[in-house]
Amino acid sequence: MTFNAAALLLLIAGLALIGWLAGRARSNLLAGRAGAKLHSRPQYHGWYVALWLFAPAALFLAVWASVSPALITNQVLTTEAAENLPEFGFERGAILSDARNVAQGRQADVRLPAAAPLVKPYADASHQYAWIGIAAMLALALAGGLYAFTRIRPDFRARSRVEKIVMMLLLLASLVAILTTFGIVLSLLFESIRFFRLVSPAELLFGTHWAPTSGAPQPDTFGGIPLFWGTVLIGAVIAMIVAIPIGMMTAVYLTQYAAPAVRKWVKPCLEILAGVPTVVYGYFAALTVAPALREFAVMLGIPNASTESALAAGIVMGVMIIPFVSSMADDSINAVPQAMRDGSLALGATPNETIRQVLIPAALPGVMGGILLAVSRAIGETMIVVMAAGLSANMTANPFASVTTVTAQIVKLLTGDQEFDSAKTLAAFALGLVLFIVTLLLNIAALRIVKKYREAYE
Amino acid sequence: MNMTQEDLTITDPKMKAHGVNVFYGEKQAINDVSIDVGTDLVTAFIGPSGCGKSTFLRSLNRMNDTVASAKVTGRIELDGEDIYAPSMDVVQLRARVGMVFQKPNPFPKSIYDNVGYGPRIHGLAPNKADLDVIVERALVRAGLWDEVKDRLQESGTALSGGQQQRLCIARAIAVDPEVILMDEPCSALDPIATAKIEELIHELRGKYAIVIVTHNMQQAARVSQRTAFFHLGTLVEYGKTTDIFTNPRQERTKDYITGRYG
Repeated sequence: MTFNAAALLLLIAGLALIGWLAGRARSNLLAGRAGAKLHSRPQYHGWYVALWLFAPAALFLAVWASVSPALITNQVLTTEAAENLPEFGFERGAILSDARNVAQGRQADVRLPAAAPLVKPYADASHQYAWIGIAAMLALALAGGLYAFTRIRPDFRARSRVEKIVMMLLLLASLVAILTTFGIVLSLLFESIRFFRLVSPAELLFGTHWAPTSGAPQPDTFGGIPLFWGTVLIGAVIAMIVAIPIGMMTAVYLTQYAAPAVRKWVKPCLEILAGVPTVVYGYFAALTVAPALREFAVMLGIPNASTESALAAGIVMGVMIIPFVSSMADDSINAVPQAMRDGSLALGATPNETIRQVLIPAALPGVMGGILLAVSRAIGETMIVVMAAGLSANMTANPFASVTTVTAQIVKLLTGDQEFDSAKTLAAFALGLVLFIVTLLLNIAALRIVKKYREAYE
Repeated sequence: MNMTQEDLTITDPKMKAHGVNVFYGEKQAINDVSIDVGTDLVTAFIGPSGCGKSTFLRSLNRMNDTVASAKVTGRIELDGEDIYAPSMDVVQLRARVGMVFQKPNPFPKSIYDNVGYGPRIHGLAPNKADLDVIVERALVRAGLWDEVKDRLQESGTALSGGQQQRLCIARAIAVDPEVILMDEPCSALDPIATAKIEELIHELRGKYAIVIVTHNMQQAARVSQRTAFFHLGTLVEYGKTTDIFTNPRQERTKDYITGRYG
């Protein structure tokens, strides 16, 4: 007997269905007997019973499924058979999981001889905890169901109770995304702390030489400045030089000049541009733009021209960001009240003067917010730089040279055979943390600016 | 239309409209309106909501051009010149026929730049000193100078509603227009601010031809010398303000000014 969560979930779902039918029938019956009018329709009484039956039991099931393996292992460790286990580490874990797999029927026989004596204690413990879990779950389901069932009366406000329970369920659902993000940040934080025990944060943030090697960390090999410089050069400088003017002009054209028919076609096309997978942009950058730029650079006689250039990655990234900038600018310009535009036109300003001197200054805070969001997207972008910007950590202002970025290095550090606890691998988490903090700050700043600006016109 | 010639004692009209129709798409908002606007007079357009008075006002400086579906037929003249003729420069037209809107709409710029905006784009001020003079004169005329002279660099949007509306009037005056159109300029203001604007209209009379759209019949009676009553897109009656309010010729006008509907 093992604990099968999916089957149990099905079981309580079945019980809930019975509860629903019973609740509905009982409300009808009581109403008929008392000759009174039901406050809520019979379905709501059914739902009330079903939800009370299902929700606590399902919640318990989720908790139990994640807690019980640890409880089982603890119990096994208290038996005599576990006394000979190695104290710590990988071997101990392997023996325990080997025994567990056999005991729970996932593999036919033990692979490690040391695991054999543990199989029986494991099977016993699993069995025992499975029964405890099932019994507790059924008890909860029945208790919940009975509680709800006994509260059914013709004047019972099942309808508003169901409303409340549904609201709680929705709240739980919305918490899932937030809690998951929180968990990801925590794991990032813990791995980063492990890295910072090996290498000082100051070296990562201010060091200028980046050449991580496997094994024990060498001094002066984890300097992040070249990566940060490459990230800024590609994401915040070159990409923005492309995206800001083109995005702004697109937005001005679409909001001020384009006929409704044109707008109807151009806007969805831009949105499609935003939906192109970044790996496709990566191909385009690596196979088309980069070689062309290199030939151009060679023609001009620029030294160090590489087929993996910052310029190629930056330009293509800029193109990728255009819809982002233009849609934010579009929203901001549209949010400027029509009265402002009319006021300028009524003074005899041309549409062009109106846009340059009234609309864009008025929309600027919103546009700035949009640009900050775009920068934060650009510096977190990975595929294009992996494919087109290269991996050599150069500190150069020459846009035709190869540079690397934080994201490209994270990919490089985590791919291939690596020990998981070496400084080289852990560096990826520390870089990820830096990137996360920077983009978080950019996003907060952007959202604050946008919000403040929105309030000004309401 | 039973208007006889002696009703229109306007010898020197600044603007003449003849047989004007305005359409929004299929819908006709203004139907065959003919009216003369006197040079030295304040002309009030009154009528219930949706009667087309604002629409007609906006066709006098071609602000309806900004609405894609709007179409104007008929003839509107400024000093005898057809303003809808292809040769008419709409930008110049709007400099000559200024407009003040229902809600104060100062630009999010300093008070100085709000007033200086028009003169700058029209090149009226070759240098800073000239612009200073123009800005001061416009603010003085709009009765705002004493209140703002020490804080010209503050944002125009920080002023009170009434001050903002006078700033908008100053902004219109600064480009030295010949006609000022006011579209319910007091509807967003409190009574004290309203009184100030009305006083200002009195002072501006004679310097500019003024056309004011208003919901408030007392206001029309107080500030105007000519009143036009619009109803359902047509001009019902046009004449001296005193005649319209004391001795209307049309039954509909009488019903409206006595508050029977509106």
